Amino acid sequence: MNKPLKQHLIDPEICIRCYTCEMTCPIGAITHDDNNVVVDAAQCNFCMDCIPVCPTGSIDEWRIVNEPYSLDEQFGWSELPPQEEIAADGNGADTSIEAFDDAIAALLAEAHQGAGGKAKAPASAAKPSINLYNLAKPAEATVTGNFRLTSEAGDNDVRHIILDFGATPFPVLEGQSIGIIPPGTDDKGEAHLPRLYSVSSPRDGERPNYNNVSLTVKREPGGVCSNHVCDLKPGDTVKVTGPFGSTFLLPSDPDAHLMMICTGTGSAPFRAFTMRRQRENPRLQDTMSLYFGARTPEDLPYFGPLKKVPETFMKKVFAFSRQPESPKHYVQDKLRENADDVAALMRNANGYIYICGLKAMEHGVEEALSDIARSAGLTWTEVRDTMREDGRYHVETY
Amino acid sequence: MLDLINVSYDTQIPNNVRLSSDKRVLKALEKWHPGYINWWNDLIPDNFQQSLVYLRTAVSVDPKGWAKFDYVKMPEYRWGVLLAPQVEDRTIPCGEHAGEAAWQEVPGEYRAMLRRLIVIQGDTEPASVEQQRFLGKTAPSLYDMRNLFQVNVEEGRHLWAMVYLLHKYFGRDGREEADDLLRRSSGSEEAPRMLGAFNEETPDWLSFFMFTYFTDRDGKMQLESLAQSGFDPLSRTCRFMLTEEAHHMFVGETGVGRTIQATCEAMAKAGIEDPYDTDAIRALGVIDLPTIQKKLNLHYTLSLDLFGQEVSTNAANAFNAGIKGRYMESRIDDDHKLHGDTYEVWDFEDGKLVRKEVPALTAINMRLRDDYTRDASGGVGRWNKIIEKAGIDFQMKLPHESFNRKIGVFADKLFDPDGTLVSGADYDAGLPNWLPTKADGDFIQSLMVPVYEPGQYASWIAPPKVGIDNKPGDFEYVKLHMA
Repeated sequence: MNKPLKQHLIDPEICIRCYTCEMTCPIGAITHDDNNVVVDAAQCNFCMDCIPVCPTGSIDEWRIVNEPYSLDEQFGWSELPPQEEIAADGNGADTSIEAFDDAIAALLAEAHQGAGGKAKAPASAAKPSINLYNLAKPAEATVTGNFRLTSEAGDNDVRHIILDFGATPFPVLEGQSIGIIPPGTDDKGEAHLPRLYSVSSPRDGERPNYNNVSLTVKREPGGVCSNHVCDLKPGDTVKVTGPFGSTFLLPSDPDAHLMMICTGTGSAPFRAFTMRRQRENPRLQDTMSLYFGARTPEDLPYFGPLKKVPETFMKKVFAFSRQPESPKHYVQDKLRENADDVAALMRNANGYIYICGLKAMEHGVEEALSDIARSAGLTWTEVRDTMREDGRYHVETY
Repeated sequence: MLDLINVSYDTQIPNNVRLSSDKRVLKALEKWHPGYINWWNDLIPDNFQQSLVYLRTAVSVDPKGWAKFDYVKMPEYRWGVLLAPQVEDRTIPCGEHAGEAAWQEVPGEYRAMLRRLIVIQGDTEPASVEQQRFLGKTAPSLYDMRNLFQVNVEEGRHLWAMVYLLHKYFGRDGREEADDLLRRSSGSEEAPRMLGAFNEETPDWLSFFMFTYFTDRDGKMQLESLAQSGFDPLSRTCRFMLTEEAHHMFVGETGVGRTIQATCEAMAKAGIEDPYDTDAIRALGVIDLPTIQKKLNLHYTLSLDLFGQEVSTNAANAFNAGIKGRYMESRIDDDHKLHGDTYEVWDFEDGKLVRKEVPALTAINMRLRDDYTRDASGGVGRWNKIIEKAGIDFQMKLPHESFNRKIGVFADKLFDPDGTLVSGADYDAGLPNWLPTKADGDFIQSLMVPVYEPGQYASWIAPPKVGIDNKPGDFEYVKLHMA
């Protein structure tokens, strides 16, 4: 039984043989002959130290392989071999690498399962950095803000947390997640594994050109990490891993039409998407819509700021399920109410659908999309598979 | 008030040498700093100074901190003093002190020699910025403009690195030398830069790419040997500079490669197979391969002269003192003292070139030059792959090292690019085919039109395969300030 492996490779067509990576590698996993500079798959531990020092970008190449390419094979290359087809055997073998930590990769694979197949990044998305920091070598961030987003009266405590990385580079794209390592140990006396949180700020920072990110975190009763994060005070430091995720990303193409469907803290990536587009292309019109479900307006994170986003920039549809004296509304109901818009997006070759929130929402939303497709004379599974293969259908639920 | 300035100044300069607690050096650098800023501001045309350039800035020396990309106005670039981390128990790697603990202070007996090496290295850094000062005006793309400015600010940082060493370890002499580094100027009549190749203007972008490929590679080899120095602060400084120098190699290699690529693509599109069909090829708005070869001949041979005499007692002394090692000294398997070893060098006897064994200690320059030639030939091979892929029958090659030399055993003698001694008449006849002529220069100059649209490239150069910092093809690498 060969478990498919991620192998780190160097593109010989782009590498200039400066050997900076070789000098940098702390464990001597990189070597060269007269022809090529190569990485020894048996040694490389994905510490990623070689990635930023490479002047060419040739070092950032990865292949999923059943059997790693040997040093001799790599020495003989004049170009990289194409990615071979690796049978998807339910093993999570995936050519778009979301994370190098197996545990995190498994988490993300599970979160993306709802897409009905192998997730693919939008073609025009920026190339994400992943796994720059791991459990063995986490980054340290300082808390610079912690604000409650939901009303003090309710029992639903969702918080907006701002983390500053100072001089530590932490490039993260909208839609990516970071891991937070809770302090202390579990009942076996081992350090806690990181918990994943999707960033809710755009790539240039919660504040433009600050090296900071924001998270949207809900306090879970008894949750080791969420309570730790929700209790953080400005000045506290946290250990962070990541960034993770390489498919649930924003297309750079300003003509892309985005439909975003979320509940609760599932809004985090969409806040990031919206802010990115507002900063990049503030004059865009009618290219974004948001379907956002919560129990009440007081429970809906970012309700205030969201209302200030012009309808022309982003159409906002809220669904509240616990409004007094009003029937229960869920996001799927709102999708059906806007069936024409949804069907138009399915037909649009530049249309993107993103779903993010609790696993529980998946079924209802999928059913609504399926019905809308049928009424429009389309077959949902076909539409979905085409969009997904095209990097235009994304599900992240947990 | 003064304290305030100190604080902001100190945080302005990323440094890992505890500048804030080293008041003497901090004060000396503060005195030097305004002169540096004036030098920079007078040098680069103002609209570029005001433009936002997507630059890489080193904020620390560990692999994750030294390549932070962001838009910066060049005068606000955070020039810093960064040394590679100190290796514990490092020993002097070569010469008569080999194996002793590396010096953390300047050894008195080698003070003059060390200072001279640092000054020569330091002199080349601002010189190249001076040589390239006007190239922004004819940048073939914003991508290339960004690369030029990245090279420029890092050469500026390398000057800082050398100036720091002068201030920190050489007292008053060091301060005077640091001032002189800003007083001398490339091509100046009264105070030229110290090395010949650094007084020539860089007239066009192909020259810039050839310069970064060949001449900066000499710089890289010199840094490699200084990184082996027994004087630990110099070694640490140079080790960190080498990571930045790799970017300059990259700009040169890919710049020439993309020029060749554009030529090959244009020839294929026009159905031209003969690489010597010069007029037809030039009419396509690209540079014909033989002209690129001539530029290569020029820059390679000028750069060889930078290695000095083949047999040199100065070089022997520096090695023996443990001040300057060989390329990859720590990976060479010998006694690192070279007593009794020999090395083969060129010599000229009875009107003929001969190979001759000389004491290895005296042949340090030659050895470094051989390492350089080996290193430089790699990229030439990769350029040839581009030509081969396009199916054009032409090969770039390094000329023989005797061709067009002004220093060493080959100086004042006439060799053709194959290394054959030729008569004056034959040399004059061959020269237009070997080195760029004025007409070649004029033609290249005619192609030097600026292209400032994101994602667009001048006709004579192909787009890069990969963007800087993984940016997409139409990324606006420089947000130009339009006055």
